[in-house]
Amino acid sequence: MLKIENLQASIDDKSILKGLNLEVKAGEVHAIMGPNGAGKSTLANIIAGKEDYEVTAGTIELNGEDISELAPEERAHNGVFLSFQYPVEIPGVSVTNFIKTAINETRKAKGLEDMPAKDMLKMIREKSELLEIDRKFLSRSLNEGFSGGEKKRNEIFQMAMLEPKLAILDETDSGLDIDALRIVANGVNKLKSKDNAVIVITHYQRLLDYIVPDFVHVLYDGKIVKSGDASLALELEAKGYDWIKKELV
Amino acid sequence: MELKEKLISSYVAFENGIDINSNIHEIRSKAFQNFEALGFPTKKLEAWKYTSLNSVLKEDYSIFPNKANSVEMADVKQYFIHDIDTYKIIFIDGKYSSFLSETTHDTIDVCLMSAAFTKPKYKAVIENYFNKVAKQDNLTSLNTAFATEGAYINIPKNIEVQKPIQIINFTTGSEAATMLQPRNLIVVGENSHVQIIERHQSLTNNPVLTNSVTEIFADKRAFVDYYKIQNDKKTASLVDNSFIEQKSNSVVSVHTFSFGGNITRNNLNFYQKGEYIDSILKGVTIIEGKQHVDHCTLVHHIEPNCESHQDYKGIYDDRSTAVFNGKVIVNKEAQKTNAYQQNNNVLLSDKATINAKPQLEIFADDVKCSHGCTIGQLDDEALFYMQQRGIPKKEGKALLMYAFANTVLESVKIPEVKQRITKLIAKKLGVNIGFDL
Repeated sequence: MLKIENLQASIDDKSILKGLNLEVKAGEVHAIMGPNGAGKSTLANIIAGKEDYEVTAGTIELNGEDISELAPEERAHNGVFLSFQYPVEIPGVSVTNFIKTAINETRKAKGLEDMPAKDMLKMIREKSELLEIDRKFLSRSLNEGFSGGEKKRNEIFQMAMLEPKLAILDETDSGLDIDALRIVANGVNKLKSKDNAVIVITHYQRLLDYIVPDFVHVLYDGKIVKSGDASLALELEAKGYDWIKKELV
Repeated sequence: MELKEKLISSYVAFENGIDINSNIHEIRSKAFQNFEALGFPTKKLEAWKYTSLNSVLKEDYSIFPNKANSVEMADVKQYFIHDIDTYKIIFIDGKYSSFLSETTHDTIDVCLMSAAFTKPKYKAVIENYFNKVAKQDNLTSLNTAFATEGAYINIPKNIEVQKPIQIINFTTGSEAATMLQPRNLIVVGENSHVQIIERHQSLTNNPVLTNSVTEIFADKRAFVDYYKIQNDKKTASLVDNSFIEQKSNSVVSVHTFSFGGNITRNNLNFYQKGEYIDSILKGVTIIEGKQHVDHCTLVHHIEPNCESHQDYKGIYDDRSTAVFNGKVIVNKEAQKTNAYQQNNNVLLSDKATINAKPQLEIFADDVKCSHGCTIGQLDDEALFYMQQRGIPKKEGKALLMYAFANTVLESVKIPEVKQRITKLIAKKLGVNIGFDL
């Protein structure tokens, strides 16, 4: 599904990713952990195509196709979804109108007609129930005045609507209380299938109790320095990152 | 010949064709002398610092266009709000078109200034209201001097007018360049409600200069809901001078949508002569190329316990230039005033300019006056967010701009007008916004 080789990237001449390799296959859940400033969010943004970063070397392939030159919307049309750490507020556009536009633009890019209103409504109803989202919430302006938990739940709602092939959850657990965390994780688990893949970026083991990863990677100083199974996350939780830093010296 | 000279010499000829013994003529003569002394406004005047009319005053305008090309409904239907039933007062090259209009004298008068000026039954209203609230400045005086035609609307008390009234001034390019000076008078009685839509539309690329004056009187508890749709050709310039006097408990709102035209100047003046008045001034401006739009507003709080709400949004591309000059005066007596002013601007190009100048003159001490003014670019973070969800950059920009202007559209009370404005915005931004609005 996703194959990243020797990815190097910088922002304002500051090197952030320094030769990162990662392969994610369909049906897998990968967790990326690491200390602050290691480059976790940078990696997520670069996969999604944010223009602020300069990719200086390496390749990003999605299903065998190099996507590194594609615009963010083209990557989205190819099935990349990024759940934002800080979802943006857009006053004046309702959640419903936003998701309708997103779905129909994606369909347009694939040469399909707009989704019939009836089907759209049905889908919105199903997915909002899955995320335990109140219908009233859907007519509010996107993310405007939403609590941290509502913003994150709304991200996963959009993910459910867009049915991506590759979902990257950037610190989706931050700002969530335990109930919201359970709802969000439950939503992600229900959407998981053998045809899609999930990358979970997190600081804490907590989320991984609910979304159990097949692989855990430690990102440190722009590279993946250690990979393992779910037990690595527990070890990190218990011992912190210092032992990994020491191992590297 | 300079335009001012031409106007002066035309006035002599104009006087020969009208009844110079009427009271109106005295008002006209005074106004004419005033214009003669003041001339056209220049950038030396504080209120005209950022708007120069020089480029449009150079044209050799016909001051009394006497040829009028015929206009078929099919040619101009698009400029009407045509999906609902309305009264219509339509002018073609300054002359009334009975063919396109739909007026009434059934309990309310929706008709013509030319009739109001001359027929005895309107004499009292004209004497009481004509040129009473209009400022005696240069361009208003010029209009008053030549005032002969326009919309005359008189709503007696306790009437809720069932259909909106459309006032449209078409120019057909029958002359190489046309100057128009429509004059409207709108009197709304106690407890009465009316909705009005005004538009100026040139049908060719021949230059047009319109110097329009509208006086509105809203009596106690009256509701006036006024929409100005400005989406004219790039060769048409407009100076809109509107003066509104409100009595106690009345609510008057004016929405100005400025999307087109060469130079557009809106002088919008509210005078609150009573208590518990609400004055609402809203505007959306979206321009590009070398267009220029200037909103010069005044809200004069004269008595206590009144409110005013101003919300102007602007989006400027290319080398377009704009001005927001919003003045709020709160008299010493006008305690418990609540005056709100908001002006937000987005510059899409490095070459576009906005001059924003909020002015508050507050002489009372127990008032709530807030104003906010922002100038910025579209939020890149929001654009990336939308792109990430599959919305292309162009559509994303349009959605952001629509969302930005949306707070102004929310208060539009005629759904067909709202829909029309939304379509105009989408067209202006070159996209299909993709959802029902």
